[in-house]
Amino acid sequence: MKIAVCVKRVPDMEARFKIAADGTSIDETGLKFDMNDFDSWAVEAALQLKEKAGQGEVTVLSVGPDAVQETIRKALSMGADRAVQLKTDRIPFDGFAIARAISAELSGGGYDLVLFGKQSADSSNGVVGAMVAELLGLPCVTAIRSLDIQNGTGRAERSLEGADEVVEFPLPAVLTIDEGLNQARYPSLKGIMAAKKKPIEQKPAQLGDVTVTVSAMEMPPERAAGRIIGEGAGAVPELVRLLQTEAKVL
Amino acid sequence: MPNVLAFAEARSGSLRKVAFEAVTAARQIADARGGEVHAVLVGAPGIAARAAELGQYGADVVVVVEHAGFAQYNPEATAALLAERLGSGYDAAVFSASAQGKDLAPRVAAKLGVGLASDVVDVRVDGDALVATHPVNIGKVMATVRVAGSPALVSIRPAAITAAPAPREARVETAQPSGDPGASRVKVVELREGGKGTLDLGEAQVIVSGGRGLKSKENFSLVEGLASAFGNAAVGATRAVTDDGWRPHTEQIGQTGRTVSPNLYIAVGISGAIQHLAGLRTSKTIVAINKDKDAPIFRIADYGIVGDVFEVVPALTEAVREARKNG
Ligand SMILES: Cc1cc2nc3c(=O)[nH]c(=O)nc-3n(C[C@H](O)[C@H](O)[C@H](O)COP(=O)(O)OP(=O)(O)OC[C@H]3O[C@@H](n4cnc5c(N)ncnc54)[C@H](O)[C@@H]3O)c2cc1C
Ligand SMILES: Nc1ncnc2c1ncn2[C@@H]1O[C@H](COP(=O)(O)O)[C@@H](O)[C@H]1O
Repeated sequence: MKIAVCVKRVPDMEARFKIAADGTSIDETGLKFDMNDFDSWAVEAALQLKEKAGQGEVTVLSVGPDAVQETIRKALSMGADRAVQLKTDRIPFDGFAIARAISAELSGGGYDLVLFGKQSADSSNGVVGAMVAELLGLPCVTAIRSLDIQNGTGRAERSLEGADEVVEFPLPAVLTIDEGLNQARYPSLKGIMAAKKKPIEQKPAQLGDVTVTVSAMEMPPERAAGRIIGEGAGAVPELVRLLQTEAKVL
Repeated sequence: MPNVLAFAEARSGSLRKVAFEAVTAARQIADARGGEVHAVLVGAPGIAARAAELGQYGADVVVVVEHAGFAQYNPEATAALLAERLGSGYDAAVFSASAQGKDLAPRVAAKLGVGLASDVVDVRVDGDALVATHPVNIGKVMATVRVAGSPALVSIRPAAITAAPAPREARVETAQPSGDPGASRVKVVELREGGKGTLDLGEAQVIVSGGRGLKSKENFSLVEGLASAFGNAAVGATRAVTDDGWRPHTEQIGQTGRTVSPNLYIAVGISGAIQHLAGLRTSKTIVAINKDKDAPIFRIADYGIVGDVFEVVPALTEAVREARKNG
């Protein structure tokens, strides 16, 4: 099993965000960063598949400035074998540019599986995986919640609105991972020590032309501050009155 | 040709509501530029019967592609035919950012090498470009994104815009698949639909959501009871609840679950973790019932009741029934 996993460095979403002076990005001062959650489940899936197969290699890939090496190290300390950083000054918003850089690197690499998260928490496009699949000409299943691979054929489940789909596909393939497939392992101390010795290959990212740009970022309108209208069942008549007369939703 | 393509999403032979939303958004773009809306309807033989419905929302032309290979969602064959169609000259294409649309739109964009504004909540024309608003950082920040070039692709978040009637008699045009749909490598072998008559979270005007405060799976009957008192409500849940298997994952609302924007969101026994709030922030009115007056959910609830769900919810259910009977 030769597997590639693409991981993105994203800010911790608990933060209070501020718009940067350029008006088109987030001010990164004081933010904490970590691996995108969906991507940690993709790394876990890759490691489990390799362990089950009893052999193989897991390559982790990230597009961005040197700061992404921290994210790459995390994947290495979880157990990934190889790492590639596709270098850019900053992580582009344009999913297609990222997809082009990733597919240029993976093309001809002989991977059985290329794994992605369902979407990144910051830019939230949910596009890079399927785009890479197209660029590489590989079959692709997005947002999977279960996965079973037997003799070169995969079977996965994905959730739609109010329904589930069962999908079959041949390997090699591109998959994007939804929540629920697994629980990501924590890096062990041994893993962290081992990761320090693993090299990270660096190459310039071939982003190509930008197709989508961010022309402004703004904070959404604030919701009015919450209001407690009362305690216990005694407050129900007042709630119903407000729903009818003020909110007009009943 | 300033025409706009809209992908009309169907499931099991019926159009989904998001299909009409896509046509409505396409209509807005086409009207701004003086073009036509061409809805593409793909399905098993018989799907053509649905074409007229798309005219009701403003499709000038409905391109119908029928093939047994489209009985289930067929991502590869659908992407191939859309890319081929768009190659014949369109300004823009609109998808829903539904599970299916999010799977399809990036494939088409990559095939054509064009830009895609994904999961936007509005879209407008600015000169040669499409400009749209896209929530980033779990909805805490709004980005204005700009797609230049042609065709420009967008996917619209379900329920972010309201499907608006713009009736006309659509011309129906029959088209062929691009290649053999039966030859697709990716095959949907089964579709498990939720219980009949259950309203999807994305379409419900009212959502009653339950959290760990309900204490057990069985107690969700309280949430279901309140939902049914409203008549048109769907049931949602927190991750704590779906993780414990009290409710299916498809009902999870939040950062890693669904994003919803109902008129009314009622949070029952939910603390209001940031990851949960990410999914409901754009609800019009939020109600919270929680026994802890300091629970973060009260900070964004328009109306909060501090109290025990086992006492408040039955009373509210009864009161809502009464109100609807008299209203
Ligand atoms: C990466 C990541 C992604 C996540 N994604 C999601 C997501 O998509 N959706 C999501 O929901 N969560 C998500 N979470 C989890 C989230 O952080 C919270 O843990 C979860 O939302 C808590 O669910 P809860 O409110 O049901 O439970 P709790 O936080 O345990 O809250 C239960 C509440 O019930 C109240 N209560 C208890 N008994 C009663 C009673 N008798 N009457 C009234 N009130 C009562 C308590 O006061 C408490 O406020 C995510 C977490 C992470 C780390
Ligand atoms: N800069 C990046 N480097 C590596 N992988 C990425 C990057 N951006 C996105 N991805 C991958 O693509 C997935 C979808 O991202 P997005 O389309 O931005 O929502 C993520 O979950 C990652 O697996």
